[in-house]
Amino acid sequence: MTVATKERKLTIARAMAESIAQEMRTDERVFVMGEDIGPLGGVFGNTRGLHDEFGSERVRDTPISETAFMGAAVGAASDGMRPIVELMFVDFFGVCFDAIYNLMAKNTYFSGGNVQVPVVLMTSTGGGYSDAGQHSQCLHATFAHLPGMKVVAPSNAYDAKGLMTAAIRDNNPVIFMFHKALQGMGWLGTEKDAIVHVPEETYTVPIGKAAVVREGTDVTIVGITSGVHHGIKAARKLAERGVSAEVIDLRSLVPLDRETVIESVRKTGRLIVVDEDYQSYGLTSEIICSVAEQGIPLKAAPQRVAYPDIPIPFTRPMEQWALPSADKIIAAYELMEKNT
Amino acid sequence: MKPNRNQKLWMYEQMHTSRYFEECIEKIYMEGKSPAFNMANGPIPGEMHLSNGQEPCAVGVCAHLDAEDIVTSTHRPHHVAIAKGVDLDRMTAEIFGKKSGLSGGRGGHMHIFDADVNFSCSGIIAEGMGPAVGAALSRHLQKKAGVAVAFIGEGAANQGAFHESINLAAVWKLPVVFVIEDNAWGISVAKNTSTAIEHNDARAAAYGIPGHFVPDNDPLAIFEVAGKAIDRARRGEGPSLIEIETFRLAGHFMGDAEGYRPKGEKDALYARDPIPKMRQHLIDEENWSEEQDQELVHRAHKRVDLAIQFARDSEYPAPEEAMEQVFV
Ligand SMILES: Cc1ncc(C[n+]2csc(CCOP(=O)(O)OP(=O)(O)O)c2C)c(N)n1
Repeated sequence: MTVATKERKLTIARAMAESIAQEMRTDERVFVMGEDIGPLGGVFGNTRGLHDEFGSERVRDTPISETAFMGAAVGAASDGMRPIVELMFVDFFGVCFDAIYNLMAKNTYFSGGNVQVPVVLMTSTGGGYSDAGQHSQCLHATFAHLPGMKVVAPSNAYDAKGLMTAAIRDNNPVIFMFHKALQGMGWLGTEKDAIVHVPEETYTVPIGKAAVVREGTDVTIVGITSGVHHGIKAARKLAERGVSAEVIDLRSLVPLDRETVIESVRKTGRLIVVDEDYQSYGLTSEIICSVAEQGIPLKAAPQRVAYPDIPIPFTRPMEQWALPSADKIIAAYELMEKNT
Repeated sequence: MKPNRNQKLWMYEQMHTSRYFEECIEKIYMEGKSPAFNMANGPIPGEMHLSNGQEPCAVGVCAHLDAEDIVTSTHRPHHVAIAKGVDLDRMTAEIFGKKSGLSGGRGGHMHIFDADVNFSCSGIIAEGMGPAVGAALSRHLQKKAGVAVAFIGEGAANQGAFHESINLAAVWKLPVVFVIEDNAWGISVAKNTSTAIEHNDARAAAYGIPGHFVPDNDPLAIFEVAGKAIDRARRGEGPSLIEIETFRLAGHFMGDAEGYRPKGEKDALYARDPIPKMRQHLIDEENWSEEQDQELVHRAHKRVDLAIQFARDSEYPAPEEAMEQVFV
C-alpha cells in the first residue's frame, strides 16, 4: 500500500457502502435488496446513504421473505443483473439455504457455463456481546464447505472495500461475511484496528489471496476476521517476550490461499489456527490438514483456537469463556514450547 | 363469549405485570450502557425487544389457555410468557443470564423455555409456527387434551413457514391457532410496504380456515375472538388465524433511534394505551374503585420487583457450565 497523503479512516460499514455506491454509479446492473437496507441503511450500517442516492428502485427493502428474495437474486443474476443481497445475520440463512447451495452455487456448473450467477450475499457474523445462539454464529465452514461460491470475510476497512468491489465485479456468487465486532457500529463495541485508511478511488483486493499482516519467524498464526485481531494482539504480547509471530489474514475462505500459509509454516515450523466458528469440521482443521499434506517438518504439533462444539450460550461468563482470544493463542503457543 | 369480571381482572393484572416488567427491564438494560451505548455491557447484555403496548394480544388469548396448552412466541416474548404463566422469577433470572434462570443462562431473552407451562420462543422469524403445528399433531396422535397457539408478528406472515404451516394444520385439521400481533412495523419496514394485502386474516381463506381481524388493540374483543378460535380447536374442528391490530410503544429493540416513525406516531399511540383504557372500562362497567385499582397495581408491581430482586441476587453460572446439556 502506498503511503497516503491524507488519512481517511473508515469503518468496515462505511467502506462497504462506499464500494457499493461506486459500483452502482458505474454499473446499472447492480442493485441492492434485503431487510432494512433502504432508508435505515442496514442494521449494521453497510448500506447507509444508498437509498438517498439511488432510490427505492435500486435499493429495495424486502418483506421478511428470504426464500423468495434469495431465489429472486438467482433469477435476476441469471438474467443479467448483479444483485447484492443482505441477510442481516448469518444465523438466519436456514430459512433460504436451498436457493443458495442448490441454485446459486450450482447453476453455472449445471449449465456448463451457459448461465452465470453474479450475486453478492452480505451477512453479519460473530458474537461476544451476549446475543445468544441464533445471533452470534460465524458459520464460515457451512458456506465454505459447499462448492460453487466464493466466500470472503475482511478484517479491516481497506480489505472490506476492495473485497466488496471485487465481489461485485466477480461473475461468480460471492458470500461477503462481515464480523459485527469489527463493523464499527458503536453499539456493538468496535475493534479499533479494523478502522483504517481507505482510499477514495475504487480498487479491488483479489479474492483468494491471503495477506501477511505481521511478519515473524517463530510461529505462524492464521485467522480470518476477528481471529486476525486476536492473532495480532497475541503477536504483540509474544513479541514482548522475544517470540516473533507471523500473522496471516486469510481474507477469503474460498478460494483458500494455502500457499501463503504453507510458505510461512516452512519458515516458522509452528502453526496456530484461530477461528470463531465451531471447531470441528471447520477452517482450523482445513488449514492444519493442508499443511500436514505437505509433509513440512514441524517443531511442534499444530494447535487450534476455535469455538467449542456447542451452541453459543447467552450468558456473559459462558460466552466469554468459549470465545477465542489472544490469551488462548498465547496459551497454545506455550503448550507448543513445552512440547518441543 | 364475553369475559366475566374475574377474567377481566386477570387480564388487567397481567397487563400491568407485563408493562411494569418491561419498564423495569428497560431501566436495568441501560445500566452500564452509558455514556457509550454498547450492547455487550450492563447486567442485561445483548438485544432486547420490549413488548410495551402489545399486552392485549397476550392476555386476550392466554386467558383461554391452561398450563397443558402449548404456546410458541417470538423474539418479543415477555408479555406472552407472563400471560402464559411462565415462572417469572426464573424467566427474569434467565434474562439476566443467571444460574437460577430457566435455562441456566444459556438462552436469554429470545430463548425462554418453560416446559412446565409448555412455553417456548425463538428469534428466527415465523419459526414458532411449525413447532406449534407439531405440538398440535402430537396431542392429536396421543389423544391428549390441549391446543397449540403460535404468536407471530405481522412481518412473519410473509415467510414461507407461515403459509406452509397453516396449510399443513388445515389439511390435517389440527388443534392450533395462529395469532398475528400486527404492530405495523418489522424493524424499520412498514407493513404496507411489505405485505400485499391490508389485513392478514384474509389469507385464511387461501387455506380454507376461519380468519378473524381484531381492530384497535382491544383486550375484550381479542378475548372473544380468541375464545371462539380456541374452542373450535378444542372441539377438533381445526385451526384458525387471527390478526390483531396492536402497536409497540418502544423501539424495535433497545437502542433503536426510531427515525423511521412518522412524526407524532408515538404520541398518538400513547393516547391509545390499552391499560388506562381497560381501567376506565372497569370503572364504567365493573364498579371498579380507586382503592381496588391501587391494590391490584401494587400486587402486580410487587411480583415484578421480587422477580427482579431474585434475578439480581442470583449467581452467575460457572463458565464451564457452557459444556453441559450438549454432547461434544
Ligand atoms: C428469518 C429471519 N429473518 C430476519 C430476522 C431479523 N428480524 C428480527 S425481528 C424482525 C422484524 C420482525 O417483524 P415482526 O414479525 O412484525 O415482529 P415485531 O418485531 O414487529 O414484533 C426481523 C426482520 C430474523 N430474526 N429471522
